[in-house]
Parts: sequence; C-alpha cells; structure tokens
Amino acid sequence: MSDVRWPLWEVFVRSRSGLEHRHVGSLHATDARMAVEHARDLYTRREEGVSLWVVRSSEITASDPAEADALFAPARDKVYRHPSFYDIPPEVKTL
Amino acid sequence: MYSQGLDQPGESPAAAERDAAHEAHFLARVAAEEKIEPKDWMPEGYRRTLIRQISQHAHSEIVGMLPEGNWITRAPTLERKAILIAKVQDEGGHGAYLYGAAETLGAAREELIEQLLSGAAKYSSIFNYPTPTWADVGAIGWLVDGAAIMNQIPLCRCSYGPYARAMVRICREESFHQRQGFDIMLKLARGSGAQRRMAQGALDRWWWPSLMMFGPSDADSTHTGESVRWKIKRFTNDELRQKFVDLTVPQSEYLGLEVPDPELAWDEASGHYRFGSIDWREFHEVLRGNGPCNRERLAARRAAHDEGRWVREAAAAHAAKARA
Repeated sequence: MSDVRWPLWEVFVRSRSGLEHRHVGSLHATDARMAVEHARDLYTRREEGVSLWVVRSSEITASDPAEADALFAPARDKVYRHPSFYDIPPEVKTL
Repeated sequence: MYSQGLDQPGESPAAAERDAAHEAHFLARVAAEEKIEPKDWMPEGYRRTLIRQISQHAHSEIVGMLPEGNWITRAPTLERKAILIAKVQDEGGHGAYLYGAAETLGAAREELIEQLLSGAAKYSSIFNYPTPTWADVGAIGWLVDGAAIMNQIPLCRCSYGPYARAMVRICREESFHQRQGFDIMLKLARGSGAQRRMAQGALDRWWWPSLMMFGPSDADSTHTGESVRWKIKRFTNDELRQKFVDLTVPQSEYLGLEVPDPELAWDEASGHYRFGSIDWREFHEVLRGNGPCNRERLAARRAAHDEGRWVREAAAAHAAKARA
C-alpha cells in the first residue's frame, strides 16, 4: 500500500508585529501555498500568529553538532566583548 | 542527515570505544537536564524508544478522533457541536505535531501511518471503547483527557527537545478538552433524573478504562527503568495513576456521581485514595486487539486513508504540473 509522499516544510510564526518569526514545527504539503494553509490550521488555531513563513526542510543547511566545539571556539577566549570585562571606578556614572 | 547513523555499535573495537564515550557524554547531558536535539548523538535504544512512544502517542490522537467524531452530528446544541468540532480538530493537530516530532528522529510519517493501519503499531487502549450516549463525550473529556494531561505534563520536560516542545503545545490545548468534558458532565448532573443516570452510566463505563490508560503497574512495566534514566519518563505508571485518582474522586463527588469501585476509600495515613485492583486481563485483551471497538476503529481509519488517497495523489500531481 505504497503512498505518494508530500515534502516536509518547516514552519515559522510571528506571534505579533514587533517580534521575530520563530520556528514552531513542521508539516507536509505539496507546495508553498498548501504549506501556508496547513500551517494556519496546524499552528495558529488560537490566534497564535499574525504572519507565517514556510521553508522546505531540505533547503535548510544546519551546522553539525559534532563540530559545535570547533565551530564556536573562536568566541570562547574573547571575554573582552562583554561589558562586564571592564572594571569601571564606581565614581564614574552612566557608563 | 543524521550523523549518528554512522556510529553503529559493534563495528570495530575503535567504534565501540567511541560509542561508549558518546554514551557517557549523552548520559551526562541528560543528567544535567540538557535537552537532546535531533542531530545530536544518541543511543540507538533511546531513538527506538522515542520513535515507538511518540508514534504510539500520535496514533492515539488520530484514532482518538473517532469515538467523539461519532457525536458531531448528534451534539445537543449548535454550541456543543462547534466545541466538539474544535476539540476533534485539535486531536488531529496533536497527531500531526507528534508525527512531526517522530520524523526528527529519522522515521517517515508514511511508514508510521502504515504501521497503524496494518495493526502492527499500538495506540492507547482507551479508544477501543464505544460512546453510546452524549454523556460518554463528557466522560471522555473529563476522564480520558484528564488522564492524558496527567501523563503529558511531565513529558513537557522530556529530555528530547522536539517531543517536549510538542507536548507544551498539546498540554496548553488539552486543558480546554478536559474542561468542556467536565462542563458536559456538570450540565447532566444538574439535569433531570434521566440525565443524571446517563452521566452515572458514562462514569461507570469510563472509570476503569481511564485508570488503565496509565499502563501496566510498575511491577510489570518493562520500559519504565530505562525511560526514567533517559528522562523520557519522570514518574512511574502507578505514581501517575494514584495522582489521577486523588484529583478526580473529589470532582466526581462534586458532580454527585459515584465512582464504580466499592473498595475506593480515603486513606488518612498516606493522604491518598486506596482503590480496587484493575482487571489487567481486560487491558491486555484490548491491547491485543480484542476490545469492543478495535476492529471498527482500524476499519474506519483504513477507509478514511483509502478514500483520501485520490486527494493526496491529485494534490501531488497538481504541484508537479505547476512546477513543470
């Protein structure tokens, strides 16, 4: 009983204007329009969003978790990027 | 896509050593309450357990639409009908979230659905019981969804990220299901003698099957130990069942209905209700496919799947044509 397979899409919802689109999950649809309609029915049944993005899952390139250490290591020894790195005399205000 | 597929155990001594290191790291992360995400290394047993549990859960949501769907055309008011449609639509949505979570582990949705339709996969025993009256719809919302929530709230903290996130959404929606069910029971309990009897009849039918929903007692549960260690499961079946009884008995007293258990009694010393023993033979019979509605439910699912095939094919053909 083999069946036709619909491609997988990732769904992003903007919950209200001023906020970014956020990944909420995935769904199957034959094309972008159906993906938007299914995303509406699946992820915004209670007014959870004002805008939707759908992206074919196969179009997403992800970093490899096994390589995460090496990938993110360059930031690790640059604590001077944080304001807390600097000792400011307490007399100095609003800095 | 899933790099851990390369790390099959037993390939070579070096691979086995690498696996042991991976596993130690994995267990440390889980112990530290870190979430495991789809592409992270995980033991094959963890992956298999999750696929089995998440897909059974998804199947339960999908089959769960049937006993209530029966009542959409016969709901007593337009408002009740609208509510029931919204609830059944939620169940379909929950099934879709969960199949989605299972797919992040490398399972294909079509294969999972095929396992349901062929009878190879299990789903919750509860949906193999009939809904002969409107009060059964109330009892399902109040008891069955109540028991489901009890099971599902700890799953929101499950170690596997996509499952935990799906459960957060599901729990948020499930609360409406339980309340609308209790609301139906309350209306009937405050109604005529015939309506009260109808409510009592539904409680009589659904009480014991609801207790069975928590699964075998801890002594007989084969998966509990590992699932607790992996933080898929946070409480044992018996702990959750006890919690459900403790919360539900006072609600039934409020309704003026009687829980069908002559051994039910408040135990001051433990602070819990003691209750009679569950008919595990019935539970296993239903799981084996011999419950009152197993055949009917699967036949309805297969018919819906077969009758919808032309729609799935037409949509795919239309999309292919539009791309060409």
